[in-house]
Formats: sequence, C-alpha cells, structure tokens
Amino acid sequence: MMPSATIQKEYDVYSVRKHFPILDREVKNKPLVYFDNAATTQKPKVVIDALVEYYSRFNANIHRGIHSLAEEATAAFEATRDTAKHFINAAAREEIIFTGGTTEGINLVAQTWGRQNINKGDEIIISTMEHHSNIVPWHVLSQEKGAVLKAIPVTETGELILEEFEKMLSTKTKIVAITYASNSLGTINPVKKIIEKAHAAGAVVLLDGAQSTVHLDIDVQQLDCDFYAFSSHKIYGPTGVGVLYGKKNLLEAMPVYQGGGEMIKEVSFTGITYNDLPYKFEAGTPNIADTVAFKAALDFVSHIGKEKIRKHENELLAYATNQLEQVPGLKIIGRAKEKVSVVSFVVDKVHPQDLGILLDNRGVAVRTGHHCTQPLMDFFCIPGTTRASFAMYNTIEEIDVLTEGLHKAIKMLA
Amino acid sequence: MEGYNSIKETEREIVDEFSFLESWDDKYQYIIELGKKVQPLEEENKKDENRVRGCQSTVWLVADYRNGRVYFKAESNSTIVQGLISMLIRVLSGQKPDDIVEAKLDFLNEIGMMTHLAQTRSNGLLAMVKQMKNYALAYKLKHESV
Repeated sequence: MMPSATIQKEYDVYSVRKHFPILDREVKNKPLVYFDNAATTQKPKVVIDALVEYYSRFNANIHRGIHSLAEEATAAFEATRDTAKHFINAAAREEIIFTGGTTEGINLVAQTWGRQNINKGDEIIISTMEHHSNIVPWHVLSQEKGAVLKAIPVTETGELILEEFEKMLSTKTKIVAITYASNSLGTINPVKKIIEKAHAAGAVVLLDGAQSTVHLDIDVQQLDCDFYAFSSHKIYGPTGVGVLYGKKNLLEAMPVYQGGGEMIKEVSFTGITYNDLPYKFEAGTPNIADTVAFKAALDFVSHIGKEKIRKHENELLAYATNQLEQVPGLKIIGRAKEKVSVVSFVVDKVHPQDLGILLDNRGVAVRTGHHCTQPLMDFFCIPGTTRASFAMYNTIEEIDVLTEGLHKAIKMLA
Repeated sequence: MEGYNSIKETEREIVDEFSFLESWDDKYQYIIELGKKVQPLEEENKKDENRVRGCQSTVWLVADYRNGRVYFKAESNSTIVQGLISMLIRVLSGQKPDDIVEAKLDFLNEIGMMTHLAQTRSNGLLAMVKQMKNYALAYKLKHESV
C-alpha cells in the first residue's frame, strides 16, 4: 500500500524521510547525512517490505512452473516490466529487457548489436564525460573489430561541445553511446539534439540512463533513442537489477547475448529456436526478488511525484552550490546550465580523500575520487573530486552540516 | 640492541600517545600533524616503480637495506595517509627484515585505525603494510639466504 496519508500535497521532506529506515541511524555517533546518492540511493520501507514479502509468500521459479506459487511469482515479476515500460514510456513491454544493471545493459548492446553491426574502420562515438561502464565495452568492441572509438570533448564548464560532435559524425559512425546525465559533474546533456543529429547520419544511439532516470522524466519514444539502460538501485530500488530498453525492430534483429534456460523455445543438438522478446535476452533464472521489489520503488517515486522531487532536489542543488562557493579555496567542477543534483568540487592543496575521511567522521557520506571517469578527471587535470549528490530525502540542514564539516576539515588540514 | 627500539616498543609508544587523544577529531588532527612533518621525497624517487597502488591517493615508498636493517621513506598526496605512513615508518623503519615480515602491527587496531579506516580498499593503508613487508622479504632473500 502506498503511504498516501503521510505525504502532503506540498513537498514535505520530513515526511518523505520517514519512509527510509536507514536515515535514523548514526555514523561515528552523529546522525547520518547521506550525500552519496549518485552511487546508490537508500531504500524506502515499501521496497524492503516487498523483498521480505516476496520471500515470505511468493518465492518460486518463474515462467515455467505450473503450480500456484510459480504463477504468482511470474505475475509479480512481469508486473515490474509493465511498470518499467510506463516509467520510461516504452512503446511495448517486449522492449523492456531485465539486466543486472546499467553496465550489463551497455555490455549487452556492445556484444550483440555491436558485434553484428560494427566492422573494421567503423566509428563509435562516446564522450569525454562517460563513466567507465560506457567506455570499456566500446573499447573492447573496437579492439576486436578494428573500429575507431571517438570521444566528444567537453568545455571547462563541463558541457559537451556539440560542434565537435557534428564534425565527428559521418557515414562511418555506427553508434553514439552517451550519458544523459554525468555522474561526476551532474551535467544534463542535450540528448534530444544528439539523437537527431546521429540519426540524420544513419547512426543508432544508446543513452546511459544511470543518473538521469531518478531525476528526469524519461520518455524514450519522445527522445527517439534506440537503446536506454538504467539501474534499479539508483532509483530507490534493490541492487542487481536494471533495464535495457531497445526499439523492438533492433532487438529482434540482434543475436542472442547469453545462452541458457528461459531464452530458448526448443533445443536439440542440431538446432535451437530462440525465444521471443524480451525473454530472448534473459537467459537463466533472473533476479526475481529484486525485480519484484523494483516495482515498489518505481511506484513510490511516481506516487510522490517526480516533478515535486525534482523541484526539491533543484532547491538543494542551488543552496549547496551557493554555500560551497563561499568556502575558501573551494572550486566547483562542473558548472553546466542544466544539472541534476550533483555537486563536485576540489579544494586548494587538499586531497579529496582527506576531506572524505574527515567528513565521514562527522557522519557525512560523500564520494571522493575519480568517480570511474578518469578521462574526464584528466581533462580537468585533477586526480579526483569530492562529490555530494542529493536525493528526495536530503535537507537544507544536512547541507549546512556538510559546509560546516568542510570548514572544519579545511582548517584542520591547513 | 643498542639504540633500536623493538617494533613492539614503538607500537606501545604510539598507543600511549593516542590514549591522550579523546575524540576522533583530536586523533585525526594528530595524524594530520604527523603527515605535515614528513620530509618530502626527492623528485627522482617519485617514479612509477615506487608507487603503491591504493585506490585514491598516490603513495611513493622507497626502501633501503643497510647493515642488516631495512629503512623506509615515503610520501603521499593525502595528508592523512602521509600521517599514517609516518607511523608505519616509525614502527618498521630500521628493523630487521624478519621482524618486519612477522610484525602483527596490533597498534593499528588498538588506536582504532583499522575500524575507522582500513575497511575499504580506498585508503591504501593495508596496501602500504603489504608493500613494506614485501620489501623486507625481498631484502631477506637477497642478503640473508645461504
């Protein structure tokens, strides 16, 4: 059941917080301030309950069983597919492939569509701000095929240089794989424009939706992207589940990814008939429990309302940006006009790791390091940043704890 | 054993010093001060082969063997890591290879560092200990095997 009574019409962050049991705990004898939401979000009680309920009442292997438990578990699992379809507005439920997460989704496309369609001399375009998950699979593929991997450069403010992208596009370009929102800078990329240009050049487009799906309204039909990959755990759901969306005609033409049960219709030693979409790409027993609970997370977000959440997060981002700018020696990395609620920064003569340790000592969880975006850190000539990323349950008061902690840490290290 | 504290004795000294530090703020401030006092390494020693692979900060570690004892110098771009290294160096530098290889370094537990810091791969403390022991073992095999 949705906890509608406790969520006000106007956004009440203190009511929202009550849905997240972990926010009651202390770290180093201080109230937890969790600002590592771009790495993973915390889970509302409805998600935790859904996991417990699944194992307590429905646990069975899905799709093939004839008994009642198998029927019920299958229905719950497939219900998540329908919810995910609506969440990103896919045209058909067959276009929703369950994966282990964004990384697996990207690898799936590289290893199936990529191997089938990329040949020697072809070009793959990514960007300088990609997560390693959207670099390495394409690097591996380009090595295997003798293809060329190109990266769209970024500006000092952390925005893609679209003129350079347009210059890169040619008939050799087969795929453009780009993040919708940068995990280390927060930049929201103009993906609609990128998709239009790429399509005009005859290339397909994969969007890495790991960071964008939790913050932005996603409509894959309106975007017209060919593939879209995202993870449950970054949108208040369990770890170990994700979705790969693909246009039906592309998914149908793609060779299979992993072989095993579920993904076949008939098997003999002389020939195999593969299953229809989406099962063709879902070999073996899937992560049933986490997939079932993922629905609770998506429903929870929709129930509170993405627009309200986004407004709240944008207020946090604006306040944090303003407060952090007043910290002596602090420089914000990533000043794009359009950002999700991520703020990354460096402090003069202070190593991010030292800040991370001293903030943790005050109960504040931030991420420090290269955020799996080493090429981007190289561009800014820094070893890494300290990153605070905000979610629906964070508060202005918590940002004050962060800035106060920073002032003290910098004083200690000076 | 003229002039050399044993590993255990130095560990005890450090544990005693920490016993005066009540809050973690005080402990970190102390480690930071230790870190700031470390002499920087000569530029020629800051090369890739001397780098200890931790996840986040860069650490260079140099070892030297003289008269049956191993001497260490190190530098990190993280002040806290540098402070931690300076404690390890205080305990292990100038000791015999066998003693270094076998050192349990319980003081890290006793001053609370293991629970506070060493749980993730990111701080490189354990990588540093391992690297120091590797050096000791290498010198032992090179100079002391019959």
